[in-house]
Amino acid sequence: MTGVSDTFARHPSLPDPTAPLTASGNLRRRTIVSRAIEVTATASAVVAVAMLIDIAWTVIHKGAPVLSFGFLTQNSNGLAGGGIANALLGTLVIVGFAALLALPVGILTGLYLTEFAGPRSRLANALKMVLDLLQGLPTIIVGIVVYGLIVSAQRKQTGFAGAIALAIIMLPLIARSSQEVLTLVPGSLREAADALGVDHWRAVVGVILPAAAGGIATGAILSIARAAGETAPLLIVNSLYNPSQTQLEIFGQGVPSIPMYIYTTYDLPAPSAIARAWGAALVLLVAILAANVGARVLLARSRAKMGMR
Amino acid sequence: MLHGLCVLAGLISVFLLVEVLYQVIHGASPAISRFGLSFIGHSRWAANFGDFGAAGPLFGTVASSLMALVIATPLGIAIGLYLSMMAAPPVRAVVGPLVEMLAAIPSVIVGFWGVDVLAPFVAKHLEPFLHDAFGFIPLFGPPQTTGLSVFSAGLGLALMILPIVAALSRDLFLTVPIDLKEGAAALGATRWEIIRGVVLPTTISGVAAATVLGLGRALGEAIAVLQIIGDGSGIHSSLFLPGISLASSVANNFQYSENKLEIPALFYLALILLVIGLTTSLLARWIAGRFDVQRTLAR
Repeated sequence: MTGVSDTFARHPSLPDPTAPLTASGNLRRRTIVSRAIEVTATASAVVAVAMLIDIAWTVIHKGAPVLSFGFLTQNSNGLAGGGIANALLGTLVIVGFAALLALPVGILTGLYLTEFAGPRSRLANALKMVLDLLQGLPTIIVGIVVYGLIVSAQRKQTGFAGAIALAIIMLPLIARSSQEVLTLVPGSLREAADALGVDHWRAVVGVILPAAAGGIATGAILSIARAAGETAPLLIVNSLYNPSQTQLEIFGQGVPSIPMYIYTTYDLPAPSAIARAWGAALVLLVAILAANVGARVLLARSRAKMGMR
Repeated sequence: MLHGLCVLAGLISVFLLVEVLYQVIHGASPAISRFGLSFIGHSRWAANFGDFGAAGPLFGTVASSLMALVIATPLGIAIGLYLSMMAAPPVRAVVGPLVEMLAAIPSVIVGFWGVDVLAPFVAKHLEPFLHDAFGFIPLFGPPQTTGLSVFSAGLGLALMILPIVAALSRDLFLTVPIDLKEGAAALGATRWEIIRGVVLPTTISGVAAATVLGLGRALGEAIAVLQIIGDGSGIHSSLFLPGISLASSVANNFQYSENKLEIPALFYLALILLVIGLTTSLLARWIAGRFDVQRTLAR
């Protein structure tokens, strides 16, 4: 009868089982490599967050000093000063009108893709591709397309043209996010409606849409936030306007907007103008980030609601 | 009834895409018939002489976007790995949305941040350092004073596409079945070995599609690039010199065209951009295969 220790005494090349368990040799190298990768990945995330903080801090630091009640309630006065009231109103009107056009079309497109087209439908697959292509379109191209479509025909820039451009940017985002939410609606809801003998369109309007409403609203808010910050298309189709006038009649003239205010005021030859540009940037950034946070909260709540059913 | 309404809504998108193609080609047609394909290789842009060429902007677009891609791809994948496999759930719940918020910042704000913060930093620190260390490579020429350059534009674009690559790759890594990861761990694989052996191979096509989507976003960015790239002209080997890109050239010259051929020439630039953009979108779709990456992007 030989004990374990005798076996190891006779074969000195085998590792000593009584030695403490620390990595050595190859395993040590593998662990170090793995740790190094983990540190790199963590550092990358830190860099990204640091960049966000740096941009936010820059905007706050340079924009906060000009913020006041007057800055938000007075119209711009060019070089002399003034505020962003008319640009703010203009952005609300243009983006609101764009949302009015894009929301119903986008949601109906999402409904078509999930509720009416079969899984093998050629048209649905082609439509998904079209939406991807529209979504990938550079926004400056959307601008010149609307220029060719509306501005060059009317021979004037209008807020309406700007709203159309923003609607084209929003449409694929809304359609795709609605589609995503609608596919998450539990099949049991559809089956329950079918079992009750409800018409399909009634089930869609009465059961499926309400169940997905929170998620659809999230997508809508995010797409509106994205469109509100767009500058490139407005520069092409809605950048000629009287900057010190409130202009809400979007079909007749160009309408001032916050992104164009930031873009043009920054180039004015006065330090106070640059400060006002940063002030407007701060207002825009706060609004957009608030919309993003709000959309996330809404999404979490509607997810929880759907999960409970 | 509702069915018909939905089909109609879908057809609006199809109509819009057709209209995009028609308007861009129609707007460019005077320039196409005047300059032909040699427009693409011609580098002079002199509106008062009616002499237009796309080579300069094309170079600026390709150089800045490729630079953004080279920086943002490894960083974005690393962030995706961190968020999906390493971060503790409470940390992930905070850092993930923060990274995504980077994508929500309007480009005009990124542009001014680039002018006020990024460019001075690049001019003062990065350019001298890179020139001293790698000056033998023509890309890193003598430092300039303003920092407004193709290089800075590339950095700004990298920042703008980083959240896209990061969020998409995180979502892809989270789709890897936990059984596979735990199986590898049970066989004694380290975390990096799990990533290299299981996570990356099963998601590689999706990650590649994510980077192509990021590239598409970088190619089409007009405003931020216009602000940072410095409005230069021509083609230079040094990235530290100012340039112009296709999208930013359209944004810059459209309002104040000096020649009746300039608008068609700008439409021609947009047509080149459109062709490149549609190609990258289709490429991303094709590579992604079973992963529906573009759907994640719509959030």
